[in-house]
Amino acid sequence: MYTKKVMDHFSNPRNMGEIENPSGVGTVGNAKCGDIMRMYLDIDDKGIINDVKFKTFGCGAAVATSSIATELVKGKTVEDALKVTNKAVVEALDGLPPVKVHCSLLAEEAIHAALWDYAERKGIKIEGLEKPKSDIHEEEEKEEIVY
Amino acid sequence: MEKKIYLDNAATTKTKPEVVDAMLPYFSELYGNPSSVYEFATQNKKALDEARLTIANALGTESAEIYFTGGGTEADNWALIATAEAYQDKGKHIITSKIEHHAVLHTCEYLQKRGFEISYIDVDEYGIVKLDQLEKAIRPTTILISIMFANNEIGTIQPIKEIGEIAKRNKILFHTDAVQAFGQLDIDVDDLGIDMLSASAHKLNGPKGIGCLYIRKGIKIRSFIHGGAQERGRRAGTENVPFAVGFGKAVELAMTTMKERTKKETELREYLIKRVLAEVPYTRLNGHRSKRLPNNANFSFQFIEGESLLIMLDMNNICASSGSACTSGSLDPSHVLLSIGLPHEIAHGSLRLTLSEANTIEELDYTVDKIKEIVDKLRKMSPLYEDFVRRR
Repeated sequence: MYTKKVMDHFSNPRNMGEIENPSGVGTVGNAKCGDIMRMYLDIDDKGIINDVKFKTFGCGAAVATSSIATELVKGKTVEDALKVTNKAVVEALDGLPPVKVHCSLLAEEAIHAALWDYAERKGIKIEGLEKPKSDIHEEEEKEEIVY
Repeated sequence: MEKKIYLDNAATTKTKPEVVDAMLPYFSELYGNPSSVYEFATQNKKALDEARLTIANALGTESAEIYFTGGGTEADNWALIATAEAYQDKGKHIITSKIEHHAVLHTCEYLQKRGFEISYIDVDEYGIVKLDQLEKAIRPTTILISIMFANNEIGTIQPIKEIGEIAKRNKILFHTDAVQAFGQLDIDVDDLGIDMLSASAHKLNGPKGIGCLYIRKGIKIRSFIHGGAQERGRRAGTENVPFAVGFGKAVELAMTTMKERTKKETELREYLIKRVLAEVPYTRLNGHRSKRLPNNANFSFQFIEGESLLIMLDMNNICASSGSACTSGSLDPSHVLLSIGLPHEIAHGSLRLTLSEANTIEELDYTVDKIKEIVDKLRKMSPLYEDFVRRR
């Protein structure tokens, strides 16, 4: 069902984890559909993404798209990171099954959400960046589950 | 482990070698058409009759009430659609449950589009149909109650006898999808008040592509496939003799081994459930603790998603299934898990393990060890778990 690249990034995800005191964090998706992605960015004074980490709740494709997206933006300028589209994510993975293409959109949105957070924290405006639609706020109420 | 560990027996089972052996002569040697008059073909008629009798005996009924179909799904379609057509003069209302297999649910949707009204009865947190709600749903126009014998995902066994009594008291036909139950649980259609029952061969070590519908004598259900006089004119088309023979053989084996086999499966299941619940935190067992199929275990692991878990289990040669949206091909997780009240994110993290008598404690130990490793790995990757830990 998945390409070798997808399986590789799923079984050995790159840049998985958290960044303490990040320059920006974005969380997108929703638990109802079964996909949530969180991106952490560490951006230096020159606007270069020095480090990036992700956490994902979701299927194999969701994990793989997050992983490859971190590779695609790491070391890039904010401007160049903005140019990483979901299409680039799909291509870098040698393709995704049609039903999983939405995962690549989520990866693109996760980067945008983290950049949006970075811009807000710095009080700057990034040209061409819009607030991602599926951004999730931390305080969002969750259904409580009793085991 | 080098060897594959198959824990998806609710999806399908291994066709037993004895079953294959019984089928083989009916391909290239005894290939006659059972409807032909010559001696060569009458052997096929005899083989078909024997298989039918074996299945009838297993259900506590007679041969004349067993109709071979192309599988469980066809049997469900037939039972619902043909009953609806035959009894629409009495009324156009059908009662079913929210946790039926799609073979029933999607057929109900089909009927709904054609003017029938369907009541979908709720289940409790264990997946047991609410009988009071079922009784209240009955109208003068109700023609059929269709409730599955045991659920394919969470294994919950329904109070079939009580439902049979309710149906009888109200003079309504009662159909049950027994695809998962047949061969695992005792079924006597008269004792349980069942009027129609669907079964499938490949769930009990028979071949895929054959099943049957039991139709109680006197029910005016019409033919579903039109053509020749096969299956008493109700299901036309040359009979699939080798598969029917295989089905018969599988039922014969399942019946003779049932007591011993299900005892072993139950022991394995209990071992598995106890280990998983004790050793994997934030985990729940879905379905009823005791009123469940002997071979079914269904868990939800909080903070993780089922497809990821399945792929990682597969990398370790373990075959299992999940009710997550990603494995169902839709955006929503399993309708069964949602019906028992699970929130979406918990339903996404479900894992179904369905055993066979061939499984061993060693295999289950290996599986639980791997589940622990994988769940731990996926939780470390999960933003939901991160939030949970932070909030704690």
